[in-house]
Amino acid sequence: MHSLVFIKQVPDAAQVRVDYETGTLIREGVPAIINPFDTHAIEAAVQIKDKFGGSVSVLCMGPPMADEALKKALAMGADNVFLLSDRVFAGSDTLATSYALWAGAQKVIQEVGPVDIFWAGKQAIDGDTAQTGPGIATRFDVPLVTYAVEIKEVDPSAKKIQIVRLLEGGTETVEVPMPCMITTEETLNHIRFAPLPYLIKAAKTPVVLLNSSNTTIDASQCGLKNSPTKVKKAFTPPKRERGEMIEGSLDEIISVVYEKIEPMLKQLGRV
Amino acid sequence: MIKQDITQYKNVWVFIEHNDGKIERVSLELLSKGAELAKDLNCEVCAFTVGDKVEQFAKEVGEYGAKKFYIIENPVLKEYRTEPWRDSIVYLIDKYKPEVALIGATTLGRDLAGTVATKLSAGLTADTTALDVDPSNKNLLMTRPTFGGNLMATIFCPDNRPQMSTVRPGVFKAVKNPTTPEVIKDKYEITEDQIVKKIIEKVQTGEEKVNLSFYEVIVSGGKGIGKKENLKLLEDLANALGGTWAVSRKVVQAGWAPQSRQVGQTGQTVHPKIYIAAGISGAVQHVAGMKSSDIIIAINTDPQAPIFEVATYGIVGDCLQILPKMTEMFKQKLVK
Repeated sequence: MHSLVFIKQVPDAAQVRVDYETGTLIREGVPAIINPFDTHAIEAAVQIKDKFGGSVSVLCMGPPMADEALKKALAMGADNVFLLSDRVFAGSDTLATSYALWAGAQKVIQEVGPVDIFWAGKQAIDGDTAQTGPGIATRFDVPLVTYAVEIKEVDPSAKKIQIVRLLEGGTETVEVPMPCMITTEETLNHIRFAPLPYLIKAAKTPVVLLNSSNTTIDASQCGLKNSPTKVKKAFTPPKRERGEMIEGSLDEIISVVYEKIEPMLKQLGRV
Repeated sequence: MIKQDITQYKNVWVFIEHNDGKIERVSLELLSKGAELAKDLNCEVCAFTVGDKVEQFAKEVGEYGAKKFYIIENPVLKEYRTEPWRDSIVYLIDKYKPEVALIGATTLGRDLAGTVATKLSAGLTADTTALDVDPSNKNLLMTRPTFGGNLMATIFCPDNRPQMSTVRPGVFKAVKNPTTPEVIKDKYEITEDQIVKKIIEKVQTGEEKVNLSFYEVIVSGGKGIGKKENLKLLEDLANALGGTWAVSRKVVQAGWAPQSRQVGQTGQTVHPKIYIAAGISGAVQHVAGMKSSDIIIAINTDPQAPIFEVATYGIVGDCLQILPKMTEMFKQKLVK
């Protein structure tokens, strides 16, 4: 079983704050991490390898510094890691990104072998689009299973897999033939601590660099210029004023809060 | 990028999401918004969907202003499956060429939109919260929160059609605007043996789907509530105030509450009159989902918690003590 996991390096959102004076994001000192949803995709792929054998490849598109994310993926149990990095990708929207990742994946397949399961996190926490996984699945023309919460049954000989996926207000179990694309929820699994052999292997395994010259990527389908969607403007939403801190004894605090919201409660017909 | 003759594309299309014979609310919201856009674009708002028996929805989409209703009926499309739904929808869009296609940013809508757009090589903007028409060139302007809602980006799609967008539920109001739609029933040949995905089982989790945006008062809890059993404290106060309860992503991750109760970037966006944030630190993703509430009351033990930066009233303290006390005192003052 060969898994190929698509990951993205993102700033750690939990540590990003807003500077309400300037209305901008404070990114200084914020560490870059593997998109949290993607870490569950890596974990799921490694668990399948542990159970059925095979290997896990990981492909990341991003700037040269994203090799850190791939080193981390190795420590989580990945076997082959590829960084797709080139100026021609700059400014790509989701359509152009799924093209670049699809084309980069051709090179991974050429080097490592055919893929049984493509994986991605359900969405990235910076862009939040949830479009890249479905886009790649479409380009490979493989069945798409989004929002996976459980890998129920894997039948490597029949090349079939059953997955439980989240619906609104429930779940469904679907069966698809492999190869397929699975996008993962955080509740799919628990990330294990990296065992020592993985860490040793991670230190020894190189990050393979892919770019427009050593792949068959068509630069006329990538980058800002070749993306159908463009950003007209970016702005910070209207600032919300920091309000009033209410102090005192517990009873005093609650009485004050009540007085403050009483007019609204009256308006709502609650009083 | 494929160069298109974009002048061939006309009309605003709204995808009608349906489940168990019922239309999702967001589809009706989008018909109302679509009618406004159609006016600016000097064209018609139309509904479209695929499924087994979908002609029955004609009356309801007409009530919300759809001038035409494009449908494909096929028993194999009864349950939503990405690939056959995508292929039939791509067929409709290719044939009738709408200039705008709007889809609700639900679980189903987000699964569907990315694959449809890729097949069509169309531009797709995710999770839009505002839609306008650029008066100078009639391009659709799609504004969406990015980076957990701290940055807004206005996206446009100048050279490709349709201009596609998924739109957050609860952002636009569904307004009745009755008309009788013309039903255009088309055919797309697909048989069960051509569909590789099989649905083995569907399970409804006990909890009904909760539309948090319907409530005027929301009492929301974060990791600070400590354990699952303390959700009761949220519920009690919410009941006293005639509202409902919600949680942050951390509580869902901990397995204490279902995702259907989650407020924030990966949950629901709410704008109640009163939002009480108890034991919620206020990560940017959470704030993105609730900061347009009229009054925000934040309770947190950490005076440095970012939630206080958006709170109308802040209380430094333990929500486990404050919530029951509030419930008790408020109950005495409020009508049942």
